[in-house]
Amino acid sequence: MRLLPKSFKANKRERGIELFLLFCASVSILTTLGIVAVLLFETVDFFREVSIVSFFTDTEWTPLFAQKRFGIWPLLIGTILISGIAMLVALPAGLLSSLYLSEYAPDRVRRVVKPVLEILAGIPTVVYGYFALLFVTPLLQKFLPGLSGFNALSPGIVMGIMILPLVSSLSEDAMQAVPRSLREGAYALGSTNLQVSFRIVIPAAFSGITASFILAVSRAIGETMIVAIAAGQQPRLTANPLVPIETMTAYIVQVSMGDTPVGTLEYKTIFVVGMMLFLSTLVLNVLSQRLRARFREVYR
Amino acid sequence: MSSQSAALPRSAGARFWKELLFQIVCIAILAGALLILALLLTSVVVDGLSRLGWEFLTGYPSRFPERAGVLPAVVGTLYVMLLTAFFSFPVGVGAAIYLEEYAEKGGFGLGWFSRLIDINIANLAGVPSIIYGLLGLAIFVRFMALGRSLLAGALTLALLVLPVIIIGCREALRTVPDSIREASYALGATRWQTIRHQVLPMALSGILTSTILGLSRAIGETAPLITIGAITYVAFVPDSLLSPFTVLPIQIFNWVSRPQAGFHANAAAAIAVLLPMLILMNAIAILLRNRYQKRHSQ
Repeated sequence: MRLLPKSFKANKRERGIELFLLFCASVSILTTLGIVAVLLFETVDFFREVSIVSFFTDTEWTPLFAQKRFGIWPLLIGTILISGIAMLVALPAGLLSSLYLSEYAPDRVRRVVKPVLEILAGIPTVVYGYFALLFVTPLLQKFLPGLSGFNALSPGIVMGIMILPLVSSLSEDAMQAVPRSLREGAYALGSTNLQVSFRIVIPAAFSGITASFILAVSRAIGETMIVAIAAGQQPRLTANPLVPIETMTAYIVQVSMGDTPVGTLEYKTIFVVGMMLFLSTLVLNVLSQRLRARFREVYR
Repeated sequence: MSSQSAALPRSAGARFWKELLFQIVCIAILAGALLILALLLTSVVVDGLSRLGWEFLTGYPSRFPERAGVLPAVVGTLYVMLLTAFFSFPVGVGAAIYLEEYAEKGGFGLGWFSRLIDINIANLAGVPSIIYGLLGLAIFVRFMALGRSLLAGALTLALLVLPVIIIGCREALRTVPDSIREASYALGATRWQTIRHQVLPMALSGILTSTILGLSRAIGETAPLITIGAITYVAFVPDSLLSPFTVLPIQIFNWVSRPQAGFHANAAAAIAVLLPMLILMNAIAILLRNRYQKRHSQ
């Protein structure tokens, strides 16, 4: 009889702990709901004052000027331009370095290189921004006299270097998951290392590699400090990488740095731009996860 | 037959050169990445060396670059890191324990709920950090009226690093073999007793690794704190949870954004203060992880 209440108490304690842990797990759901609610609330408010048609068709973005225009295209194109340059650097370099680490490198090299790449990935983006503005841009100006002090090229290249470790490590994981038997079969037929790499490993790990590429694009789109520092803050509809532009993220920083009163149209624009940013990265992330999940199904 | 045997060495030669060329290209790219890292570090040290000193570390921001210091930013960074750890560590570990030890094993019969959380965490990990800043601005700064304070900044960063901590802790918990849990249950331990006395001690180094990695990400973050309105000119050390604050990355951003070369040197010096902190944290985390990976694979 004495045991019963005690164990009942213990049971209650167990339940209490479980409830607390459940709450901890729910925080992540609340975060997502919070993000969606906050962005949606201000976005709906914004579109009460600005027509959604002009938002997607106007070619000028001047919410901070007296003559206000709200066309998202300059910010979108700026984002795409910089991400594109970053991908031109990160994708080939990331793919080749992962191929080397997975198929060629001796264990000793891997043990040194992988942690260094991880440290490269851990450097704060504001430091990369410093690097882009004060090191890469002056360097590029020696070869490209037309390059202005703020431009898309230099932050794009630096962003590519920043994203390289991400592409490299995720692609390498995908390559490592390709069964040995496939490689051995190819070697038995007389293939060289290079042939195995390009005709067996890359095709077999294709969805995993693609997933890492897509994730890299999503990272580039959401990257903020490098562009806020080195790309200038001039929303401009151009594909010219030599002139100052502005990305969606840099615009949010620009407004946040100023004294924009709550409730004004300028204040709401950062949430609208945030919504665009959130949606585009969400689509890319979901796509990347789908591809990775498919990859796992095939080999496990 | 003779023509074939003549062709064989030639094509084998071509194959050899192709192989070699490919390896050289790969090594060049990797070496390039490492070289860039070295270049970045040396250029920062060279630029900042003239400014780095005791006065810089204990000084306050100033209009004159040669008199400016980073004390408020360093203290702010330490406070933000401690507060972020205070919020994100228990919640992150708790969420990981729930998902690994309860949800899978019939906790409240909410299997669908834990799958939802699963997908949700994976997506949150990919949300750009500046979006967390917008969330913090609307919820913590405005709605909860915490203002542009230390507390609002730390809460925002805690939400930002939560996915990193949860994902890492779950992996650590997964490395604990089920036989340990079953042995504990067989001795009459409850589920929580098993977790508290068996599972958590075994997973501890993995849990610490992911927490350190999460925090090192938090102290390098700039964008979300700018969005919630951390101010760049703070001439005092924060003295309460609700006082305005600045952190090193924001101070660096502020100095980089100015046209004068004097401030650029300050930015380099501030980077030279921030980077060793970060690299130390990352190195500890990576070492810790490699050690426990080795132990588990044996």
